[in-house]
Amino acid sequence: MAGVEVTAESRPATPLWWLLFSAGGVMSAFFMPVTVFLTSIAVAADWLDEEELLDAVRHPLGRAYLFLLVSLSLFHGAHRFRYALVDLGFPWLGRRAWLFYGLATIGTGVCGWFVLRL
Amino acid sequence: MDRHYVRKLPATWWLRKRTYLVFMLRELTSVFVVAYALFLMVVIWRADDPGSFSGLFDALDSPVGLVLHAIVLAALLFHSITWINLTPKVLVLWRDDEQVDPRLIAGANYLGWVVASAVLAWLVLK
Repeated sequence: MAGVEVTAESRPATPLWWLLFSAGGVMSAFFMPVTVFLTSIAVAADWLDEEELLDAVRHPLGRAYLFLLVSLSLFHGAHRFRYALVDLGFPWLGRRAWLFYGLATIGTGVCGWFVLRL
Repeated sequence: MDRHYVRKLPATWWLRKRTYLVFMLRELTSVFVVAYALFLMVVIWRADDPGSFSGLFDALDSPVGLVLHAIVLAALLFHSITWINLTPKVLVLWRDDEQVDPRLIAGANYLGWVVASAVLAWLVLK
């Protein structure tokens, strides 16, 4: 029978993943909406032209900010989506922790490379 | 032998109650957080070359681009609000024998969100 298994067995998330999940939660909650605003409305309304946005992205502080935001958001999303999959009836997928944290780790590495090559 | 008690629920359990639905929508904001993080990676990748960078933003300057941004922004605002509403549950503070009002903790976080957003917008737009 397809469905959600509710068991007494609990697999405590390791403190590291939980720390990255909550750090990413705070980072994305506080900074993602304003970042969307800057890359969409502010550009469309001409409050920010593309050259200024490019300078901001390439600035050392801009790069450090974007790297932190991207990496922590990936770990946040990986952790939360993994548990949502279990709740939605896909425990065989959601319980493959290595898959989700592995993808977030790869994403972090790729983002680090993108940031350093600028 | 699995000796744990297993209770089966239909996969649609979260449609039964409004609070369950809000919970599931909250958890699924993670999809938008990851999607926007991947978009930012494309932005960083394209920032290598000014022509490629402006090509990306010219492509986004379209009705489809604006609608996509609006959907992402709505989902991310929902994420921010639900995340901040959780903070008093994670952080329970006591002053002497009295619990600090949860609304004060959430309020401080809302204030922090507004200040952080304003500072970043000011730094980029100034």
